[in-house]
Amino acid sequence: MDDAPASTLSALEYDPAPESAALARLRERYGLFVGGAFVEASDGATFETLNPATEEPLAHVARAGDADVAAAVAAARRAYDKVWRKTSGAQRAKYLYRIARLIQERSRELAVLESLDNGKPIRESRDVDVPLAAAYFFYYAGWADKLDHAGFGPDPRPLGVAGQIIPWNFPLLMAAWKLAPALAAGNTCVLKPAETTPLSALALAEILQQAELPDGVVNVVTGDGSTGAALVASPVDKVAFTGSTEVGKLIQRRVAGRPIRLTLELGGKGANIVFDDAPIDEVVEGIVDGIFFNQGHVCCAGSRLLVQESVAEEVLRRLRRRVDQLRVGDPLDKNTDVGAINSAAQLEKIRELTAFGEREGATRYTSPCALPERGYWFAPTVFTDVAQTHRIAREEVFGPVLSVLTFRTPEEAVAKANNTTYGLACGVWSEKGSRTLWVAERLRAGVVWANTYNRFDPASPFGGVRESGFGREGGRHGLEAYLDV
Amino acid sequence: MVEVSPAPLRLVVDDERALRPRPGASVPVVESEVQLRALLRALSGVDAVGAEARAAKLATRSLKRETKRAAIDLALSMVDLTTLEGADTPGRVASLCAKARRPDPEEPDTPTVAAVCVYPDLVSTAKTHLAGSGVRVASVATAFPSGRASRAVKLLDVADAVVAGADEVDMVIDRGAFLAGRLGEVFDEVVAVREACGPAHLKVILEVGELVTYDNVRRASWLAMLAGADFIKTSTGKVAVNATLPTTLVMLEAVRDFAESTGRLVGVKAAGGIRTTKEALRYLVVVNETAGSAWLDPALFRFGASSLVNDLLLQRRKQRSGAYARPDRISVD
Repeated sequence: MDDAPASTLSALEYDPAPESAALARLRERYGLFVGGAFVEASDGATFETLNPATEEPLAHVARAGDADVAAAVAAARRAYDKVWRKTSGAQRAKYLYRIARLIQERSRELAVLESLDNGKPIRESRDVDVPLAAAYFFYYAGWADKLDHAGFGPDPRPLGVAGQIIPWNFPLLMAAWKLAPALAAGNTCVLKPAETTPLSALALAEILQQAELPDGVVNVVTGDGSTGAALVASPVDKVAFTGSTEVGKLIQRRVAGRPIRLTLELGGKGANIVFDDAPIDEVVEGIVDGIFFNQGHVCCAGSRLLVQESVAEEVLRRLRRRVDQLRVGDPLDKNTDVGAINSAAQLEKIRELTAFGEREGATRYTSPCALPERGYWFAPTVFTDVAQTHRIAREEVFGPVLSVLTFRTPEEAVAKANNTTYGLACGVWSEKGSRTLWVAERLRAGVVWANTYNRFDPASPFGGVRESGFGREGGRHGLEAYLDV
Repeated sequence: MVEVSPAPLRLVVDDERALRPRPGASVPVVESEVQLRALLRALSGVDAVGAEARAAKLATRSLKRETKRAAIDLALSMVDLTTLEGADTPGRVASLCAKARRPDPEEPDTPTVAAVCVYPDLVSTAKTHLAGSGVRVASVATAFPSGRASRAVKLLDVADAVVAGADEVDMVIDRGAFLAGRLGEVFDEVVAVREACGPAHLKVILEVGELVTYDNVRRASWLAMLAGADFIKTSTGKVAVNATLPTTLVMLEAVRDFAESTGRLVGVKAAGGIRTTKEALRYLVVVNETAGSAWLDPALFRFGASSLVNDLLLQRRKQRSGAYARPDRISVD
């Protein structure tokens, strides 16, 4: 076709398409949210929260000390005794629906704020985190006046005051996972966001004010690990924690012997199992979604790829091509696929584990993408020739790092997938339904996805077994964690 | 069955990570229906949910500034400006040809479209009006759009178009035979049409809206490519479901994989229902991130459309002047 018009460009090099940071309506200082008002810490202490993509400070946030945590728990207790326990289910639903709608209304602001504070790409905060956060409030709003029919007997009672500690990987979404079922069931809450990502929880507190949620029903205390420890030591009726297995075990020891209900959602080392009959193009997308979604900062990440030996070469060839395509950079750019690592400490941990992987003899492939000079970045990385004994196959990296192992038979796949101290999530890829069910039945994991990965829905329970924790969030099962049953 | 000789290798991309054929790559010679069936059965299935999710994700890409300007011009240069109506007249075709030559007379640097696509009886008219312009003439054939005629009639239809000077022939596959599993018949027909085309390029219309499943689309794509298609095309534009983003994604995966395993590059044409610049740019993103930059060329990707051109022209002016032109400044054809 020599006479065809000449092509005007050889490749679509996407120009920057940044979302405006001004949409986040950042303030210089953020206070604690206690008893329905924003207040300074009693000792005036603050800490800085950084933009991990630039290492520049975003805001000063109040650091809650023991006295502030005590005040927040007392406010929650008052609100429970005087207001919330007497509020009907239908009334509670009304507030939850309002909150859900306000999240939708302020979705752009929340998405930009989340990407600034966390480093995740705006495409994910806009299309996943924020819409899902609203969806969880909508879902549990529906349950608030139907608890009699949730399968826990007639008139199930709330627990009282819940202390809730959430991680930095999905700050707003995890706040929604914790608050929505707790409030629907009739509890009041003290929420402690992660030290590196406090802002979206405080924006959510503003939304609670806007929704005219009664004072003290939800309180937000920001700070570091000591704030969390103070909350666990407080006279609460329930502790719900999402975070590392190490801290989860610590919390379990602290609450032992006290009349406190506990649910823990901890780490994972999810196996993504690919059989030779799986739909290969979608498999590649599923592997990418499994490990590079949210920079791999996902407790249920598919960080171990178990691929049948007969198709391993083909899958890896395609995976490598796809990994090279991932666009790493400015989280606010609408075309970014992989954003910034959340903190210097996390980056250090990823570097340490990957260096160990190389020393142990695994073969490393890292995307040749260019990384920005400032900020915390780690290029998408795939390890092949990984053995079950390697640290990168056993420990949670919590970063964009995939370990690839192979198997020969379904039995071997199951044995390898279960050979971990964790048990949060697994994926199974096959066009054969009977095999998928056979494998799923034998996997020791709270969640098994078939021909997809990292898919969340408010109606579906989520949680782990063994060192991935206990208790379920989401669905009817998620109510049980906040009801006296 | 007829042996198909592979076209010369045209991997023009210098990027070292770009697609390249595997060593020893060649188009397999299909000798029997059993072998053809085995070849198509060996293709990986398509998970519909996953394919649609991938297409939806790519649709969120945001093209700005220079990228957008370049992409609009590229899209214009990829259009097969089409009129396929019972009411077509030489006058109508003449006016379309004038549009093809100079889509926007007030903006002389506007690229010409790739081709004008008509029924066989209007090929000579189009040929006359496009002489010397570089715009090609494409003709539908083989009892378009249903393909419900005997092989002899279909081949005469093709010969008619080719004799009249068509540079490209858009044939339809026999969907009935495909759905009934008579794959050899479909294959033989494409091979016969390929021969009848002579030097003309052959686009094979799969009519994805009648094949329905993505698995069928992938198998039909490979069948057409194995039989010698220069292009695989989504649709006639005459049924309820025409080109969709996920279907085009599946076809682009097919041409990519075919190029890798045979060394032969086959084009893709998305036809029917693409009316806005926004949609067209989404297709270009899917091309870019699925088959790769080699396909960002009118020689390997086309839009079969008519009203799309005017929206591209409006958006092109908007990019240059910063304001939308009145629609009346763009010719209505």
